[in-house]
Amino acid sequence: MAELSFGRAFAKGLSEEMARDPNIVVLGTDILMRGGHFGQVAGLGEQFGPTRVIDTPISEAGLVSLGMGAALLGLRPIVDLNFQDFMLGAMDELINQVAKWSYMSDGRLRVPLVIRASDGAAHGAGPQHSQSLEGWIASTPGLRVVVPSTPADVTGLLKTVLRQDDPVLFFMHKMLSAIKGEVPDEDVVIPLGQAAVRRAGDDVTIIAYGIMTSYALQAADSLAIEGISADVIDLRTLSPLDVQTVVTSVKRTSRAVVVHQAPTFGGFGGELTSIIQEQAFDYLDAPVVRVGARHTPVPVASILQEAVIPNVSDIVQAVKSIC
Amino acid sequence: MDYDRRHVVESMLQQMLFIRLFEESVEQDALQGMVQGGVHLSIGQEAVAVGVHHALQSQDYVTGGHRGHHICLARGMDPRIMMAELMGKATGLSRGKSGSMHLIDPDHGILGLNGIVAASIGIATGAAFAVKYWQRSDQVVVGFFGDGAGNKGLFNESLNLAGLWNLPVIYVCENNQYAVETHVRQSTAGGDLSHRAEGYGFPGITVDGMDPLAVWEAVTQARTRAVNGEGPTLIEAQTYRYRGHDVGDPQTYRTKDEIADWRERDPIEYLTQMAMANEWLDGNTITALRESMQREVDAARRFALESPDPELGVALQYVYSQGGTGWQN
Ligand SMILES: Cc1ncc(C[n+]2csc(CCOP(=O)(O)OP(=O)(O)O)c2C)c(N)n1
Repeated sequence: MAELSFGRAFAKGLSEEMARDPNIVVLGTDILMRGGHFGQVAGLGEQFGPTRVIDTPISEAGLVSLGMGAALLGLRPIVDLNFQDFMLGAMDELINQVAKWSYMSDGRLRVPLVIRASDGAAHGAGPQHSQSLEGWIASTPGLRVVVPSTPADVTGLLKTVLRQDDPVLFFMHKMLSAIKGEVPDEDVVIPLGQAAVRRAGDDVTIIAYGIMTSYALQAADSLAIEGISADVIDLRTLSPLDVQTVVTSVKRTSRAVVVHQAPTFGGFGGELTSIIQEQAFDYLDAPVVRVGARHTPVPVASILQEAVIPNVSDIVQAVKSIC
Repeated sequence: MDYDRRHVVESMLQQMLFIRLFEESVEQDALQGMVQGGVHLSIGQEAVAVGVHHALQSQDYVTGGHRGHHICLARGMDPRIMMAELMGKATGLSRGKSGSMHLIDPDHGILGLNGIVAASIGIATGAAFAVKYWQRSDQVVVGFFGDGAGNKGLFNESLNLAGLWNLPVIYVCENNQYAVETHVRQSTAGGDLSHRAEGYGFPGITVDGMDPLAVWEAVTQARTRAVNGEGPTLIEAQTYRYRGHDVGDPQTYRTKDEIADWRERDPIEYLTQMAMANEWLDGNTITALRESMQREVDAARRFALESPDPELGVALQYVYSQGGTGWQN
């Protein structure tokens, strides 16, 4: 075991996979020397050199498209888009191209392309550098969405992603960049579509992913003091989605709160809520409650930012409103 | 040389004739509602695809846009399976999931046609990136696109990347003068699109896209450059679509005279005249050739018409590479 930051955990997983598979290359801005803006590829430039750790111009659409073309031939490119907000310059490529090729070729071609990006609100990053767009991607048939919450998951999920053939968006919350956690030295792979139960409880199920997992756990701590025990599920991947773990837990606790940092309206939480009521309606003792951001862009001033994104006490209150 | 030229001319003529007859057949079936989805015919533009094909090797890759039947046929797609795909049949290339605009055939290096204008440019660039990464010494990628695509941002991003990294890619712009109803002069600043290559540091040339030999020559040079590690080339082939933008287009935006002027330069007519003047072919052999091509097209059509519809389960297959829709675990 080594204690690694979120970013270093990515670099570790990638380094091991690149050593194993010469077809993996990583492309992005400022990665060769600088190691990326979040330390996510630190040291890889030195280890693998400029033919595999490739500094690029700022060309999101061009790079996703290039990654796709290369992937069709069997290369395994990781395109690092830096901030998730910049992915929007490549949405046409992601949704209209990358997501469609397995289907339109009836399985004769595959797109083993990984897009990495940092998402979420952080320190006044503001409306154009703080978004949580995962739900949009997860709703697109043909794409995979990974939203890790711990360094060990970053490494384990990345390894899996680089050994399968579907296009994956690997979203890492900016505020998790510096958190540290134990990462196994051994080659541990974590399957896609397998949620983690981070805390066991009987009274309510809190379903979260990415950064909101730690918020949910903090909420569960304070709820415990008040005698409410929460099951906390970290989805880890939104596509494929581990429906079974969610539904099994809710059937047992009879109450559910769904949490994400994206705006509540139109967010992935609505999908989770619907699945729960479709599959566990008879077990529910209360409506499923969503906790998400207000329907605004994320403002710059920190007190304003905090006012629109969900926090621990929002989760606590949501739970109390149904317990 | 003369033998070579004769051989090439005959082969080009045969391919162009086949494409023309195939497209005319598709047009009829489209008008009858037998073809699923939109259809953009390549009639008039045969010389571009056929000229390019003759300059390529079988290991080369191509991508194309929404108007790409000619590219697929030139590169060797089986016309029966292709026709079946156009008609949405179980025997089609993608069992009815891709149709005319998104034909994909990895067995013939066709990485895909595309319903999104300009997308073919970026995908071709990426394939060339992989070819270069693996240091494959005798392989290139051709990205076909229309004049309308040259004004998309992806054109700039991709050509910059290709120029920067010296990728073995050949960009072939089929300038058929129009993007739907918009004439290229109404949409494109700076004159010939091929001039834009200069800004990316590689050659751009404009060729007569009604002359397959001119296209062949230009692409042959571009391919040599690419495999010698000298990087990309942009080729703008001036051509014309005789038919509307898609089947059913009323074509109020151009005159009959304009169409007639371009038809004067018909590539099939041009090579036919050349072959006859050189006594490589005579009237009888040309008639026989046309008849045998027509029989082949008819056979492809019959194959498609007689093929069953796909099982409905096909619609749920291969959203993901493991075979299913797979949104949940
Ligand atoms: C991104 C995008 N915008 C618009 C369209 C609609 N559309 C389809 S074909 C076409 C014209 C394209 O013109 P050009 O690239 O010159 O090709 P041509 O049809 O002349 O072969 C348009 C506007 C599209 N398919 N994709």
